[in-house]
Amino acid sequence: MRKLLFNSVTHAPLTEPAPAMDDTALAELAASLERVARRRLGRSLAIREVDAGSCNGCELEIHALNNAFYDLERFGIRFVASPRHADVLLVTGPVTTNMREALARTYAATPDPKWVVAVGDCAVDGGIFADSYAVEGGVSSVLQVDLHIRGCPPTPEQLLRGLLALLQVAEKGNVP
Amino acid sequence: MKKASSLLDLVAQCRQAPRHRPWPRAIADEKTWQLAREHLAAGRWSLLGLWGDSTTVHAALLDGNTPAVLSFECANGTYPSLARDHMPASRLERAIRDLWGLEPQGLADTRPWLDHGRWSGRGPLEGEGGSTAYRFLSAEGDSLHEIPVGPVHAGIIEPGHFRFSVSGEAVVRLEARLGYVHKGIERLMAGAGLDRGAALAGRCSGDSTVAYALAFSRAAEAASGAEVPPRAHWLRALMAEFERVANHLGDIGAICNDAAFALMHTHCGILREQVLRAAHACFGHRLMRDLIVPGGVVIDVDTRCTETIRALVAEIRNRFPALVELYDNTASLQDRTVGTGFLNQELARQYAAGGYVGRASGRDFDARRGLGYPPYPELDFSIPVLQDGDVNARVWIRIREIEQSLAIVDQILERLPSGSIRTGIPGGSGEGAALVEAFRGDVLVWLRLADDRSVERCHLRDPSWFQWPLLEAAIEGNIVADFPLCNKSFNCSYSGHDL
Repeated sequence: MRKLLFNSVTHAPLTEPAPAMDDTALAELAASLERVARRRLGRSLAIREVDAGSCNGCELEIHALNNAFYDLERFGIRFVASPRHADVLLVTGPVTTNMREALARTYAATPDPKWVVAVGDCAVDGGIFADSYAVEGGVSSVLQVDLHIRGCPPTPEQLLRGLLALLQVAEKGNVP
Repeated sequence: MKKASSLLDLVAQCRQAPRHRPWPRAIADEKTWQLAREHLAAGRWSLLGLWGDSTTVHAALLDGNTPAVLSFECANGTYPSLARDHMPASRLERAIRDLWGLEPQGLADTRPWLDHGRWSGRGPLEGEGGSTAYRFLSAEGDSLHEIPVGPVHAGIIEPGHFRFSVSGEAVVRLEARLGYVHKGIERLMAGAGLDRGAALAGRCSGDSTVAYALAFSRAAEAASGAEVPPRAHWLRALMAEFERVANHLGDIGAICNDAAFALMHTHCGILREQVLRAAHACFGHRLMRDLIVPGGVVIDVDTRCTETIRALVAEIRNRFPALVELYDNTASLQDRTVGTGFLNQELARQYAAGGYVGRASGRDFDARRGLGYPPYPELDFSIPVLQDGDVNARVWIRIREIEQSLAIVDQILERLPSGSIRTGIPGGSGEGAALVEAFRGDVLVWLRLADDRSVERCHLRDPSWFQWPLLEAAIEGNIVADFPLCNKSFNCSYSGHDL
């Protein structure tokens, strides 16, 4: 173990520079933030992830945000265990009928001000599952969505771009 | 009727379904169906799957390494319950009742499973839908209390509900309630073209997208009689082994993380990311989604790719042994994993538990060898099996499988045949089945194609169906704080199970 730890100290970090922010994401946020309460959050965003019926592909890539290459926490963005601690709900999946109530209750448990980010193609409008009897058809069928991050699943870099845009807007406390 | 001793003998005595490949399918009368139940209950055969098909129930059975499908036509909407004497069928029969309205005669558990009473008239059955209330099994005793957890969990994981009955710190009973991510995939399959079918299959469980697309494609090829070019078989195996290595690396790190040993998590996470980046560089998608289709694969590899893969394999071989040593020599970590979450061999055998869950508890089965689909009979690899049945054994199976997968990747790069990578799918109706070894166990896909090559009916059975119930057995007597550790060592799929 000592050798591993020592190597970590002597070698350059694997962590990569942050990608540029996503322009379309910024535009979408600018519109949505005119509606929501504005408050300075400092350089910190707490995210509660909610799987509302995803295939678990999005979860794999959201997990990857925490690995040494992307190191999400250096931006002050971190995942928290309870909606009570969260500023952002990161929602994946087409929203199954069986998860609708749990999602709505998680949102209700999140203190204001709060943002909802829908992750993945099926979170936009149900995607490939849209016609099913068991699917509500995207996160916006249940909650007001502030930002969509597309992809099946979106890569960690795409997720990072979207979240950095959100952070920048939240930090300024007003429309960029 | 002579009492058949082997599955194939029994099938041979029945009316055969025409155009069912590559295994036979036979129509069973009540006596034959009950005979199959006896074989299951006696442990001579294993249940591979059980699913509805309008008014018919199909059971996929395994006798040694020989599979076959037995079908029972429900004349009055009922069939004799297999679960009455063979518990692994229980949740499958409850799901069939929810989705097809077919009643298993003799099943004591009358509770719905996937149907949470919320589809309100839109569901697969006519009528208003049931109640949202659910009665968990009770545990009685002095000072017992219940801990409800979920469906929304604390981590970045899928939704499901766990009901713990505990006595102090010790878990007396765990009961899971699943179905929260039921997306109605099998209904969406009905009428889908082959491309859409493969895409849907690849979204049953995202971590196994390669294995599902492979199983669906193999079933469609069996049904249509398509001959896939050799190079495509080898490229499919390359992707499948990439998927296995990436998931096992992620799991080993995550299990150690749940024992509060973050260093392993970090280093395994780095290796996993490198596998995904190599996959992206070679195949254009980090999870290799939508690349395996009926008839072959949609992307070829060139020499640049093989160099990338060789470098990746060398990198893992260089870094992984130190991590294995770290795992093996850290007493505080071993203290958490050794002896924890013990699954006995009898249960693993009874439930035909696939993957590391079965193989860590003495069940020596791997579809790559047992059914020998190409190119695996031409490859040299071993299937690790352990007898200990604890979290530690499930970690070691993963470690050994990573080593074996790297050896398989070496052989594929060396011997990759040249030629085309995709063939057309001939028209005509037919039925096909395939069993494919995903990282967590065998995925079963059964389908029936219509004349126009569209999917009439497709059933996809995740290995988790036979692993979730075993988690409930493995956690018994452990402390609540060890549940995440046990759960991660199983790493069952919610989405693959809920469909």
